[in-house]
Amino acid sequence: MTLLWLLGILVAGGLLAWAAGRVAPVWARWVAVAALGADLVLVVVIWIRHYQGLTLLGAPAWLLEWQVPWIPRFGITFHLAADGLSLILVALTAFLGLLSVIASWTEVKARVGFFHFNLLWVLAGIMGVFLAMDLFLFYFFWELMLVPMYFLIGLWGHEKRIAAAFKFFLFTQAGGLAMLLSILALHFVHGRASGVYTFEYAALIGAPLGAAAPWIMLGFLLAFLVKTPGVPLHTWLPDAHAQAPTAGSVILAGLLLKTGAYGLIRFILPLSPESVRAFAPFGMAIGVAGILYGAKLAFAQSDLKRMVAYTSVSHMGFVLLGVFALDGMALQGVVLQIVCHGISTGALFIVAGAVQERLKTRDLGLMGGFWNEAPRLGGATLLFALASLGLPGLGNFAAEFLILFGTFRSAPVFAIVASLGLIASTIYALSLFQRIFHGTKPGAMRLEDIGAREVAVFLALALAIIWLGLYPQPVLNTSRTAVTGIGDTYRHSSPTPGQTKAAPVSRDLGVRVRGEAP
Amino acid sequence: MSSGDLLALAPLWIAAGSAIVLLLLISVRRHFGLCAGFSILAAAAGLASVFVIGRLAPRTVTVLFVVDGYALFFIGVFFAATLIIFLVASSYLPPSAERREEFFLAAFAALLGSSVLAASAHFVSFVLGLEILSVALYVLIAFPLERRESIEAGTKYLVLASASAAFLLFGGALIYGETGVLDFATWAAQAQELPLAKPLFILGVSLIVVGIGFKLAVVPFHIWTPDVYQGAPAPSAALVATISKGGMLAFLLRFFWTIGLRRFPSLVLVFSLIAAASMIAGNLLALRQNRVKRILAYSSISHLGYILVAFLAGGAAGLEAAAFYLVAYIITMTAAFGSVALLSSADADADLLEDFRGVFWTRPGTAAVMTLAMLSLAGIPLTAGFLGKFYVASAGVGASLWALVVILVATSVIGLYYYLRVLTAMYARPHEGTAEAARPQGPRRGARTAGGIALVLLVLLLFWLGVFPTGLIDAIRTTAAALAGAIGPPGTGGGLP
Repeated sequence: MTLLWLLGILVAGGLLAWAAGRVAPVWARWVAVAALGADLVLVVVIWIRHYQGLTLLGAPAWLLEWQVPWIPRFGITFHLAADGLSLILVALTAFLGLLSVIASWTEVKARVGFFHFNLLWVLAGIMGVFLAMDLFLFYFFWELMLVPMYFLIGLWGHEKRIAAAFKFFLFTQAGGLAMLLSILALHFVHGRASGVYTFEYAALIGAPLGAAAPWIMLGFLLAFLVKTPGVPLHTWLPDAHAQAPTAGSVILAGLLLKTGAYGLIRFILPLSPESVRAFAPFGMAIGVAGILYGAKLAFAQSDLKRMVAYTSVSHMGFVLLGVFALDGMALQGVVLQIVCHGISTGALFIVAGAVQERLKTRDLGLMGGFWNEAPRLGGATLLFALASLGLPGLGNFAAEFLILFGTFRSAPVFAIVASLGLIASTIYALSLFQRIFHGTKPGAMRLEDIGAREVAVFLALALAIIWLGLYPQPVLNTSRTAVTGIGDTYRHSSPTPGQTKAAPVSRDLGVRVRGEAP
Repeated sequence: MSSGDLLALAPLWIAAGSAIVLLLLISVRRHFGLCAGFSILAAAAGLASVFVIGRLAPRTVTVLFVVDGYALFFIGVFFAATLIIFLVASSYLPPSAERREEFFLAAFAALLGSSVLAASAHFVSFVLGLEILSVALYVLIAFPLERRESIEAGTKYLVLASASAAFLLFGGALIYGETGVLDFATWAAQAQELPLAKPLFILGVSLIVVGIGFKLAVVPFHIWTPDVYQGAPAPSAALVATISKGGMLAFLLRFFWTIGLRRFPSLVLVFSLIAAASMIAGNLLALRQNRVKRILAYSSISHLGYILVAFLAGGAAGLEAAAFYLVAYIITMTAAFGSVALLSSADADADLLEDFRGVFWTRPGTAAVMTLAMLSLAGIPLTAGFLGKFYVASAGVGASLWALVVILVATSVIGLYYYLRVLTAMYARPHEGTAEAARPQGPRRGARTAGGIALVLLVLLLFWLGVFPTGLIDAIRTTAAALAGAIGPPGTGGGLP
């Protein structure tokens, strides 16, 4: 029931914000803040309350669960459930959602109520994706988040917003429909074999699929690779990110891409180990290609937001690499990378938004030498640029380190090539900072420094990224039960199905849990 | 014919009687409000009668009609759709039009035709229903609003519909020559006994398919559609898109369920090709249209293609999917044309994408309805169209019609593009002041009330079916069971296996 509240608050908050926006724009903002704040508090309370349970071995599969029949004709139930992985992502959703509302406090001036309605509904869709344990419901939320995002980009975006919004919608819808076919195929394959026609996650995932397995995997893969994004399905991303308003970019980069990564972990990996194992080298190749190609293109951009967008391609390449490394430790790294990338890239998009709001341009060629005028913004930019390049002590370092380390155990060549990406990221991250804040000013433009509101936003993000860099263990503990079981499927790589459900062994974590009984 | 038989045909009496009463009303005193009010009440009474006589079903009334759950379900849907279109029309029809009361008269005739199609068990009632429907539509399409394009559209429809009716009659004659009877049950029985090579029977059925295809506007019988949609006044176009196609589809499903589609592999192939071509051509041709009504026309072609996928999937699942999709489609199309009607001025329909520019900022309510209609047509969650598409895809996958389902999915993505174009136009900033002020703002505010009520009803239905479809699904399953029970269980003798 608590899980339903998480969604219900956002859905109701969205409607309320729309109504409140008709009274006065500022009310819409406060309603949104209240709704997201309530969600954040709720999820933190859930997390704290269940934290002990999470770290126990052999903990129940779901910490929280809520299920009612929905469309009995198809065996569809409204089934929400959360394990550690879901919980982390839901917390990230509420956190980034709240900050994106605050960050765009002054940026959005037209149709403020409708803006926050869309914002809260896209967050509700994303949260639903992280919580749905019925495949129909999952698809329902997956599609549901597209429309509000389309409006966010198309209505409040920048100069080429229409084309960007179209591209975003068409790409993701194409992937989504491919997934729908796979879900239906799964439904019927399982139904014919067992006589039970259902969309229940637990029943369908891990069902014997026979010859259909590669095709079913392909449909899911298409949807998730478009979202993640995997090269060459990434072309919607730079346009959508660059044209969206700040809150839209933050949500796109910080959360929407993560639904793809989440799908890979939750659905692809347990679906059919044989097919996944066959695909893994290609998956890792796509990841490595994304890391290097994204970094190269990021460096070449003259548009600030496009630059940050391409760094996303690069960082999400690590996620793909880690997922298809099929290694427990790499998977832990992936979860951490999902969170850290959400925070660091979200922060960089807020920087970009702040710069654009003040200078009315995103052209890096027109910037430079703003350090003296805007030291606070400069400091924030520097911190998150360093996080982005993987400085030890900040979250991204821990995440990428775990991914590379885990990958090295299973596929050393890919790990070696991917580590070149760390050099490339140093180049683009430093160049990003340098082009805005160092050098001489090319024009007479002034960059006004950030005020208390934005400082608070950056402070929250900075605390989070430093915490994740210095002490990521709580996140790793939380996701461990959910993730290591999957990782173990592939660790003991003799493909006998009897061993696939081996109990998670803490030795495989590589990261010892302090104070934990061995 | 017993009194029970008479009672079982109550919806047909109500439709026919209302047309006559309207005729008298108009000749005594021409009063728009009176006629509109009477028509709305009569349509509501017809809808209620469906529930009342549900207890009598199933019942065979003479050799011509079979009033079973299946027929009543579709008749109920047609009455509901007509009721809503009446509400829209009473806002839409401009006071300047001299003979606007006749709209209701013709619409009742069309409703009667569609209802007869849904209940027909005999070739004669089929032809009667079809012709009543067609003649009514000639009038409705060329409805005297003194617009040239309406007359052109009406003439086009007249010529082509007559030609297609000729095909159909000839087909019926050929089958009659082979079997010596005209009722479908005997056709089905004889089709079982006849060797499949009996050429006249198959040729006859094929010619009937031409007639059906024309009314459904599926490729390659679709040529008339965009012109007629563009030329016809919006409420008439809504009737063409909903009850006319719905009536024919109800007939198609029953007819081929009765005679057994699977017994004719060549027909299965033909329908597969028609479905594929409709999905592909409908969606591709819509891409470059700049008129909303033409977009809706091509869109409706592709949607009938989707429904044919469910039809081809066969079995109870296919029948259910087709019926569900049809209901979702009727609601959505009515909402789309209703919005168009309410945005239209007295002189011309809102049609060009340019006419829709900035509507969201000037008429947010109507724009929201149009948005929902577009999203439902595109199959986005929370709307009826989403579950409809899911239902059809599920039936297709269940029957392993992979090629058709992949086409359905691929063309849906293409379709999304032009639905988004309509949305984009509505949400674009309006042109600066002058153009906005110069453009007529649709019907007067007071006259919009009825149409507004209609749109609110449609929005509620769109959401209701999108979120809580179980009620409709149960109703449809009873319906499908009624059809299956009357003929025999699916998979055996008469059903589509």
